Amino acid sequence: MSNIHQKKANKAVSEQVECVLIEAVNLALHYEMKHDESVVILGEDVGTNGGVFRATSGLKDAFGFKRVMDTPLAEALIAGLSVGMASQGLKPVAEIQFMGFIFPAFEHLFCHAARMRNRTRGRMSCPMVLRAPFGGGIHAPEHHSESTEALIAHTPGIRVVIPSSPARAYGLLLAAIRDPDPVVFLEPKRIYRGTKQTIINNGEALPLDTCFTLRQGTDVTLISWGACIVDTLEAADMLAENGISAEVIDVATIKPLDMRTMISSVVSTGRCVIVHEAARSFAVGAEIAAQISEKCFLNLLAPVQRVTGFDTHMPYFKNEHYYLPNSNDIVAAVDKCFKEA
Amino acid sequence: MKAIHHSPIQAQGHHSLIQFSLEKIQFLDHEGNWICERPSFASDQWLVHAYKHMVLNRVFDNKAIALQRTGQMGTYPSSLGQEAFGVAIGMALHKDDVFVPYYRDHGAHLLRGHKMSDLLLYWGGDERGSAHGPKQDFPICVPIATQITHAAGAAAALKMRGQDQLALVTIGDGGTSKGDFFESLNVAGAWQLPLVVLVNNNQYAISVPREIQCGAPTLAQKAIGAGIHGVQVDGNDVVAVYQSILEARERVKINKGATLIEAITYRLGDHTTADDASRYRSNDEVKIAWLNEPIKRLQTALHTLNLWDSEQEQAWQSHCSNQVDQAVHEYLHVKQESPESMFDYLYQDWPDVMNEQLDLLADKLARNDPK
Repeated sequence: MSNIHQKKANKAVSEQVECVLIEAVNLALHYEMKHDESVVILGEDVGTNGGVFRATSGLKDAFGFKRVMDTPLAEALIAGLSVGMASQGLKPVAEIQFMGFIFPAFEHLFCHAARMRNRTRGRMSCPMVLRAPFGGGIHAPEHHSESTEALIAHTPGIRVVIPSSPARAYGLLLAAIRDPDPVVFLEPKRIYRGTKQTIINNGEALPLDTCFTLRQGTDVTLISWGACIVDTLEAADMLAENGISAEVIDVATIKPLDMRTMISSVVSTGRCVIVHEAARSFAVGAEIAAQISEKCFLNLLAPVQRVTGFDTHMPYFKNEHYYLPNSNDIVAAVDKCFKEA
Repeated sequence: MKAIHHSPIQAQGHHSLIQFSLEKIQFLDHEGNWICERPSFASDQWLVHAYKHMVLNRVFDNKAIALQRTGQMGTYPSSLGQEAFGVAIGMALHKDDVFVPYYRDHGAHLLRGHKMSDLLLYWGGDERGSAHGPKQDFPICVPIATQITHAAGAAAALKMRGQDQLALVTIGDGGTSKGDFFESLNVAGAWQLPLVVLVNNNQYAISVPREIQCGAPTLAQKAIGAGIHGVQVDGNDVVAVYQSILEARERVKINKGATLIEAITYRLGDHTTADDASRYRSNDEVKIAWLNEPIKRLQTALHTLNLWDSEQEQAWQSHCSNQVDQAVHEYLHVKQESPESMFDYLYQDWPDVMNEQLDLLADKLARNDPK
């Protein structure tokens, strides 16, 4: 590429881009690889194919196989390679093709990535990002639709980050790559190609460890993350029509939890509904509810409600809509808050 | 393929496709005789240096076990009888290589510059035991075989940067049964990584003997399926182990990729201080294994070459004892880390949203440990 073309391209990418969530992921990866030579991409089908969802599209052409590596088909290896690379000063951004296949990688996440800094007293660290699409709603085959974020969030030393819009995908992924510690970045694939948003491609990251209040309200706090944010915002609209003012909080960083934002909202509204796709018991929602009861029990006007998946296996896609929370379920839970108040 | 047309037909429709062979490296027999010409690196000085470190390794090992037995240290995995393996690694590695150990590499650690007292600190239940040493080297790895994927990642990083160092990883015979082992050899072949995998085949994975671990006659042949070079070496022959690593380094230099080295040793001690090997192997077997141990054979070779005598032996033994005693003294006098230190290295920067955790510990300390 000639200098003139290069300049044109630079100018083009710093402009505003209208894109869907998966394109925002791609945009952030392009930006960071261009500005930080230590960033490398690895995973299955991430190179020539650009990823099965196209998250890594165009990266191999731009940066070569040296930095965009198609790995053998082995998830434990992908995580282990990332640990090895990160320990030597690279910033691997690895893709697990679907979260349903992340389990072989767990040993490396839990026993090594999460602990490297601690077990060497800071001599080594593990600044890696493990990206994986998760959640249901796209009529995928068995093992392609689960939401198991709580399994990872339970582990000390790892951050778990989930975006719920193109802008947050862009800003949070940049933050995750720049973070000096391991981050599991879970992408809600149900909204990969949802609503478009305008993004300024200027490399500006969003903060981690912080909730985002998406809508202010006074009567009830709706807490959610990932694809369920779409249903939650829809429910807030429906509630508004009935004269109920709902505050909507996107948790965004699942581990560590920004309870301060959530508590301060619940203190002012007195009611709380937590919405997630994951199975009900032992989930992130249970942790949030426990902390609300510990920290602002006396401010509650009604018991905390949860709208969640069931404690069953994620049904195959013919029945998945019976499993996934929807806006009617959320409105019903809010109604319960008012009836029990 | 040309070879197919010229090969004899073995059964109807079957043709020979590829033939593989495997070599074994050995210079010294178990009585300390040179069974082939002494390689050029093995100068008089080199042999004495190797011997001294093997003895130091054993003296350290005995002391570590004694510390555990007297309640002054935690569970410890002895390297008794495997000193040639660790010392050859320590001597063959270059300063900037990446060493990715498992948990029985005390001899190699000492040669990498780890303080003896730090090794004791690690096994004594203090994270600071892994705080020092070469900055690129990995800490001791307990989860079996996981370290080999990290070594592959480190090797990929070296290759990506065009550096000519290598990553060397150790693993036990049991570890070669795990998926991580196969996945790593496989990627090392696919990506031609500058990786050296050294298997310490000490015949036992805790109680499970080598022949139950794997049906193949050698572990070295697992290299073949991955498309990398494999070789077996007498792991009680420090000269042979060193030679195998030299050759692996040459292979890396000419871009021929990774090597799997199976070193045949014998674990003369228990798996760890928490194990009792008499439950699963006979005294007779161990007695025979003692005839093959690495230190005696090298000592005999040194005697034959007039490089070592009993006076030197006595002086060195006493030097080692003093050095180890000094390290034990340091270890026993290290001030315990504060309870708050468990928070210090969780993340680079402490997340404010987790401050409640600090309060919980402060309360616990006030309750249980009032100043």
